[in-house]
Amino acid sequence: MVKIKTKRLLYELCARLLMLLSVGVTGILALFLLVYILTEGLPQLSWQLLSTQPSYLQGTIGILPDIINTLYVVFCTLLLVLPIGVGAAVYLTEYATNAKLVGLIEYAAEALSGIPSIIYGFVGMMIFCELAGIKTSILAGSLTLVIMNLPTIMRTTQESLKTVPQSYREGAFGLGAGKWRVIRTVVLPSCVDGIITGCILAVGRIVGETAALLYTAGFAHVIYHSANQALTSPGATLTVSLYVYAKEEGAFDVAFAIAAILLIFTFIINLAAMGVGAYFKKARS
Amino acid sequence: MLIKKELLERIIEGIFLLLGLVTVACVLLIMVFLVLSGIPAIREIGLADFLLGQNWAPTSATPSYGILPFILTSVYGTAGAILLGVPLGFFTAVYLSKIAHLRVRSFMEPTVSLLAGIPSVVYGLVGMMVLIPWIRDFFGVPDGASLLAAIIVLTVMILPSIIKVSMTALEAVPPEYETASLALGATPIETYFRVSVPAAKSGIAAAIVLGVGRAIGEAMAVVMVSGNVANMPELFQSVRFLTTAVSSEMSYAAEGLQRDALFSIALVLFFFIMLINALLNYFLKQAKEG
Repeated sequence: MVKIKTKRLLYELCARLLMLLSVGVTGILALFLLVYILTEGLPQLSWQLLSTQPSYLQGTIGILPDIINTLYVVFCTLLLVLPIGVGAAVYLTEYATNAKLVGLIEYAAEALSGIPSIIYGFVGMMIFCELAGIKTSILAGSLTLVIMNLPTIMRTTQESLKTVPQSYREGAFGLGAGKWRVIRTVVLPSCVDGIITGCILAVGRIVGETAALLYTAGFAHVIYHSANQALTSPGATLTVSLYVYAKEEGAFDVAFAIAAILLIFTFIINLAAMGVGAYFKKARS
Repeated sequence: MLIKKELLERIIEGIFLLLGLVTVACVLLIMVFLVLSGIPAIREIGLADFLLGQNWAPTSATPSYGILPFILTSVYGTAGAILLGVPLGFFTAVYLSKIAHLRVRSFMEPTVSLLAGIPSVVYGLVGMMVLIPWIRDFFGVPDGASLLAAIIVLTVMILPSIIKVSMTALEAVPPEYETASLALGATPIETYFRVSVPAAKSGIAAAIVLGVGRAIGEAMAVVMVSGNVANMPELFQSVRFLTTAVSSEMSYAAEGLQRDALFSIALVLFFFIMLINALLNYFLKQAKEG
């Protein structure tokens, strides 16, 4: 009896110890990462870095072109992925009657979200840049990211469409509205929260993406003067330029400055996603 | 008028159907493209020589195209990250979901989410600046850029997803299971590990497989810390992964067998990923049913 008791105590002690150890390691690791990136990166931030482009004459580095390129890529990708993703979600929840087809589309979305970004980069480079002849450009990079982010937008929209009460639709149908009218005026407005959450998640992914962009959007740090020119020319986003500055040029101060910006941005994205979730939950109830 | 309206509805339904099929078309496109472009080089080199050859030297006088070093590096790297990351993530998840004080939890949960969202190049940068010098000094090796550095970076990168998915699974365990176990005289700790964990095992398995998928598919962080030389894997050697093998020669590979061989490496990587996805789906399905 006593023997069993000590055995149980030992088990308890070991489990507790292992858990505390793990939480401690995880917590310290996280704190170290955050503090290290911010202390190394924030002092490097300066107005000159944020507001100029790299100049070989003066030997200075500026990341303004990279910021603008990031905005272009985010904007372009969202513009293309939103209609496709939302449309696919609407088809799945509102129209589809064939269970096999629904299964196929959902399986395809899952397969897409499991493919690593380097494969997207590789396939995007071969298909968009070479086969379709768009060349290495922001447009080619955005098209690649459209495929990558399609499952995200689709899933969040679908989940919020499922929460739209059936009675809303029935009420609208009862008033004599056609299917399209019901979707346009009743269903879509009530799933805005899912679409917004999807957008926030997608923006986070796009800004954090490197491997898929390296060989599709290229790594030029130039400010273009028209949107048209920018789309058809290569351009590095913030993450790509972090990689280039750290790995190819050894400019670690710039790399850390970008890392700090990205970290703060990730923080804001997380806050926004949580905030939107909480806001709409409250609005619903 | 009515017929016109009917027609309009039909057209709109057709448009939505097309949008729904875009996903399927994308997957098919990627698959067909990888298979079509990957097969020729494998045919020319020979499947056995390609997969089991230990020497990757596409530009030497007698070129050889063996990708066993890349395959083994990816497998060892992933296994190492899983070996370190799974216990760490598992115990953290149990603690946070069952025992942790609300204050600890409300600090750790957003932090873990933040870690999950940090771009991989940032992990690569920190690995380059902190980990590589540390490994060089601590183990007294000439270059810290090694398989070990990659394993540690991958461990940190998969940790958030393991913790988050395991926590979700642990929280889905019906509270009756736990209260019943407590009523029978088990201590809380015994309850969590012998009742809650087995009840959540499919979800935890899914977390592990998700970690495997992330680790094997990671490219940027790994290329920054692993040295990127096509050696057979050794802990303190500079190594090259499957992911980085595709990208590192892409920019300068000449048309011909060298370039085609890169396509084949992408195909091999894709094959691994599909295998892992199938496994993940299996566990997720089980978790849903169980």
